[in-house]
Amino acid sequence: MSTTATTTGDAAVQVDQLVMRYGSVTAVEQVSFNAHAGRVTVILGPNGAGKTSTIEACEGFRSVTAGSVRVLGLDPQRDRKQLNKRIGVMLQDGGIYPTARVGEVVAHYCSLYGKGVVATEVIKTVGLEHRTKSTWKKLSGGEQQRLSLALALTARPEVAFLDEPTSGVDVNGRDMIRAVIKNLASTGCAVVLATHELDEAERCADDVVIFHQAKIVANGSLESIRSQSYEIRFRSGIAFDVAALAKYLDFPIQNMGDEYVITGTADAAVIGKFSEWMSFHGADIRDLRAGAQRLEDIFRRLTTGGAQ
Amino acid sequence: MSILFAQLRSEIRVIARNAEQLLVIIGIPAALLIFFSQVDVLPTNGQTPIDFLLPGIFALAIMSTAMVSLGIATGFERSYSVLKRLGATPLGAGRLILAKSLAVVLIEILQLVVLYAIAVMLGKEADIANVALLVAAIFAGTLAFAGIGLLMAGTLRAEINLAAQNGLYLLLLLLGGVIFPLDELPEPLQNVGKLLPSGALADVLRGAITDTAAYGQTSWIVLACWAVLAPLTATKFFRWN
Repeated sequence: MSTTATTTGDAAVQVDQLVMRYGSVTAVEQVSFNAHAGRVTVILGPNGAGKTSTIEACEGFRSVTAGSVRVLGLDPQRDRKQLNKRIGVMLQDGGIYPTARVGEVVAHYCSLYGKGVVATEVIKTVGLEHRTKSTWKKLSGGEQQRLSLALALTARPEVAFLDEPTSGVDVNGRDMIRAVIKNLASTGCAVVLATHELDEAERCADDVVIFHQAKIVANGSLESIRSQSYEIRFRSGIAFDVAALAKYLDFPIQNMGDEYVITGTADAAVIGKFSEWMSFHGADIRDLRAGAQRLEDIFRRLTTGGAQ
Repeated sequence: MSILFAQLRSEIRVIARNAEQLLVIIGIPAALLIFFSQVDVLPTNGQTPIDFLLPGIFALAIMSTAMVSLGIATGFERSYSVLKRLGATPLGAGRLILAKSLAVVLIEILQLVVLYAIAVMLGKEADIANVALLVAAIFAGTLAFAGIGLLMAGTLRAEINLAAQNGLYLLLLLLGGVIFPLDELPEPLQNVGKLLPSGALADVLRGAITDTAAYGQTSWIVLACWAVLAPLTATKFFRWN
């Protein structure tokens, strides 16, 4: 059996038909996805959707009820000793003693991994060089998140699991964390990032896995997920026959308050036909926008209307 | 080896930064030793106060470090997810436990040297009846109290663990024949005291330091039981996060 995922195209993280139950509660139900080297895979979903359970199964913290998880070809629980040398972890709740100083805790973790990572450089990467002597409890929420991220970097990881890395972080801090994550992926690391922040996911993700009620409701590259959700949005000051327009264009049209949405296309030819039809029927067009839906809209559609 | 030393350094740093732990480890045993050796209120079974007190104070010091200090620190580490985070590094549970054990041993050596030096300054003659027995008693006592401390740290919430460790410390101090002889207690409590790890440790330390053990072999059996059963129970029930 291969123990590494070094060949091109192998997924660094392979989750197959994963089921996780705690007593009578099913946290994860038949979930499958892959995460690849050099890409940022964002696991997205509301609180309680199963993101952290899945990530913790990948990190080896939790046993799986059924299905399988492989990280770099290894079983996260059985091969934990080998795997811990190769993965970086950022816990949702830090995992740092309140009286530990920034410089000391990073140097400590550099020693634990023993990969020649220089503590001062990691601290500089996350922008905490002015806080080296500060204790964890004296750091702001954003600084605490950056220190947690720094600890993941000390592993010089092949796979990094980051749980809610931008939670509670201000705008500038987010930019920095995003840049660090992108840079990490550019070194060939497979970054698996769990978040419930849609905007963050849209800015960071190469691939997106959307969780809802313990199941995956969308899984693919950000581009492919968005491309399935093209639309044309517009307003009109004059009433028109919506059903007739939909029939003419051969695309469904939804009336959403004062806005109309032609779903499933943003094609220029369709926009041309639409303009002609509206002009012919004496209806004006205002605020015309065409393109892929925002991730937020896709997420809302998938998680309020049931799985697709 | 460098991983182990890195963790050991971190363990000692956490203890050194924690003023409450330093108070429990050094302050309370030293204060009790000095106070009761100067104030003639304790029955000392014909011994000088310092000769009577020192073995019990050694037992108290071992209890402070191996149970209270280790237990409270580990409980908070568990609550802050420090143990969980370390579990995702190459450190491993074995090296983590070894580093914690070494930190406890180093601190015990330091506190026993300090307490012995204080005792000598207060009039104790600098001789120990049986050094090998003393080392064996310290080893067994450390295992027993570390097991109790980690059992509580690994099963209780951090705040409850903090209160429980301090409460148990006081109980073992009062009922364990540490400051005054067990035969000064009402008879039912004497029997309880003999079965407590603090009572057994104080008695075997009396045998090792001043050759005045009251229950001899019985105390060794009681201490050995605690030294085996407490770590085994802690291992079975300890939850890392």
